[in-house]
Amino acid sequence: MAWTRKILRINLTQGSCVSEPLNMAWAAQYLGQRGLASKYLVSEIDPLVDPLSPENKIIYATGPLTGTMASTGGRYSVVTKGPLTGVIACSNSGGFFGAELKFAGWDMIIVEGKSPTPVYLHIENELAELLPADDLWGTTVWATEATLKKRHQDPLLRVSSIGRAGENQVLFAAIVNDLHRAAGRSGVGAVMGSKNLKAIAVRGTRGVGNIADPKAFMAAATAGKKMLAENAVTGQGLPTYGTQVLMNVINEMGALPTRNHRDVEFEGARKISAEAMHEKRASDGRSHLVTNQACFGCTIACGRISRIDETHFSVETRPEYWGANGGLEYEAAWALGSANGVDDLEALQFANLLCNEDGMDPISFGATVGAVMELYDLGILSKEEIGLEVPFGSAAALCKLAEMTARGEGFGKILGQGSKRVCARYGRPELSMTVKGQEFPAYDGRALQGMGLAYATSNRGACHLRGYMVSSEVFGIPVKTDPRETEGKPEMLKAFQDATAVVDSSGLCVFTTFAWTMNDIQPQIQAACEGDWSQDSLLQMGERIWNLERDFNLAAGITGKDDTLPPRLLNEPCKTGGSKGMVAEIGKMLPVYYSARGWTADGVPTAATRARLGL
Amino acid sequence: MQITLKLYAFLTDYLPADARRSNALALEIPEQSTVASLIAARALPPRLVHLVLLNGQFVPAPQRDAQRLSAGDVLAIWPPIAGG
Repeated sequence: MAWTRKILRINLTQGSCVSEPLNMAWAAQYLGQRGLASKYLVSEIDPLVDPLSPENKIIYATGPLTGTMASTGGRYSVVTKGPLTGVIACSNSGGFFGAELKFAGWDMIIVEGKSPTPVYLHIENELAELLPADDLWGTTVWATEATLKKRHQDPLLRVSSIGRAGENQVLFAAIVNDLHRAAGRSGVGAVMGSKNLKAIAVRGTRGVGNIADPKAFMAAATAGKKMLAENAVTGQGLPTYGTQVLMNVINEMGALPTRNHRDVEFEGARKISAEAMHEKRASDGRSHLVTNQACFGCTIACGRISRIDETHFSVETRPEYWGANGGLEYEAAWALGSANGVDDLEALQFANLLCNEDGMDPISFGATVGAVMELYDLGILSKEEIGLEVPFGSAAALCKLAEMTARGEGFGKILGQGSKRVCARYGRPELSMTVKGQEFPAYDGRALQGMGLAYATSNRGACHLRGYMVSSEVFGIPVKTDPRETEGKPEMLKAFQDATAVVDSSGLCVFTTFAWTMNDIQPQIQAACEGDWSQDSLLQMGERIWNLERDFNLAAGITGKDDTLPPRLLNEPCKTGGSKGMVAEIGKMLPVYYSARGWTADGVPTAATRARLGL
Repeated sequence: MQITLKLYAFLTDYLPADARRSNALALEIPEQSTVASLIAARALPPRLVHLVLLNGQFVPAPQRDAQRLSAGDVLAIWPPIAGG
């Protein structure tokens, strides 16, 4: 058993911290992290609850492999009802916080209620205490982490916190740990802020010693690491170029959403790509990229550490931003860049730093800027209303809007409500490039048909990480499919979604699946955990998790009509590129997907499906 | 005839130094050239030739021998990569 079998339940209203046993019957059905935390959440809250009310709960959950010797085994998830979407939110983060929580002896923290004043949760092994955070409120993620390490005289304290965006309840506020790793999507940071919970600071010294079969586990973990090292993608491509290598690929395919999805090719893509990050700048002779970085236990090390150009307008008088720091990853570079037509790499890095510093999802922030720029371009929003000019391509506007949004200043308060609410407010809801209220990531659903279906059906709104069809449609992993083809995509997507739910519940990173299949993951789970963790049972568990999330979302008020894409993607063909003339064929694929899922024509799991999955 | 060859990621090193900042090279190639013949002519290591796009369309490995190039084509090539 790789679980610690202990949950820490925090009631912020009462100020209590109570240890309780992990429900092992549920662990046998949902494994950990995403699956198990979702089971707890849906069992404990009313699906109709206001996400920002004390009645919502927020759960921080590790997986059974978190903190172990398995490569990438450092993940944790934050699960709650999302304020951006009104459906289940599950955001996954790396770094070192997750493993530290496990080392302290906890599988999961369930936080409920609302504190009357700002507090932070301090955990040192079995000790858990709520401490005043009045002095931390109003400060950034980075300042919070520095203060807490100093206060507790422990440089190895691991901190997961919100910045001013979470405090201000920006609806896409993130929870950031280890300075630049984030549970980024769906506004989980706003939920934390609504509860007056500023941070969780954890120190654990116990390791993870309760592996079911240590010898078999070490053999499986070692074999897995060898495979990652020998694979060209996980052993060479990702460490050297990071996720940002996709910028030119997706652009050359004509699948790079540009200027709020008006276009699918960005003329400035090369300037904000991984290749550009490697080049020496004319200004200082340094490359933007400093090095790569790994999260806990990871043998891939895809993370980017970069140094901004000190002469750039955004930071020339702000030396606090001059050091090496996190970024840019592909999704952030796309959202801050291509989505609003900005080709200034340094401006993107500055906006990304602000997102990390004050805890904002750069995808939703950047994509919302794209919507604002389109409203401005159409004359619907004025300079007077916004406080500055925001034409497509303006690096200055991007940087200024990032500051205004993080700090809740002026128009930033409106922008912080996300694209859906901004576009609705100004009478043009169709211009919001969202599904279920959440902004798209970096792939156009017209050019990649399977990815379009993945967006439409994702349980947390538009998301690339619930069923990464790009893997097949672009990289050829596990098999190459034609991105313009719809045939076979619904069935493949279901398989991707179910397998991803397994990985997300284990403590592993989904990037391992560029090299590993379930043949490589299953032996690690089986060796670590007591019980039947055959491939069949794992994949059925993934399907169970997907349906559990779906049932919650249906009870929260969504219907099959929400499984769609914005009119632009359904009706306006790609203007250029390899998919010129194509629209997203959701209507063709969705009935097949529902059928493959065992759902009714309206997208509701049938009684037989629920019975088969033990729901 | 002239085409544009684009090489990315590790393949950037196979471009002349002055073409690396654009990842693109305008090339004069013989009529009848194919994707495979151009890859061979540029001495690109097979292990680094993974994702091949001709005008944005994927060209599977078995079709590269027969896939003719035309004037104005854009051929872009990557080694094995992924991200997200």
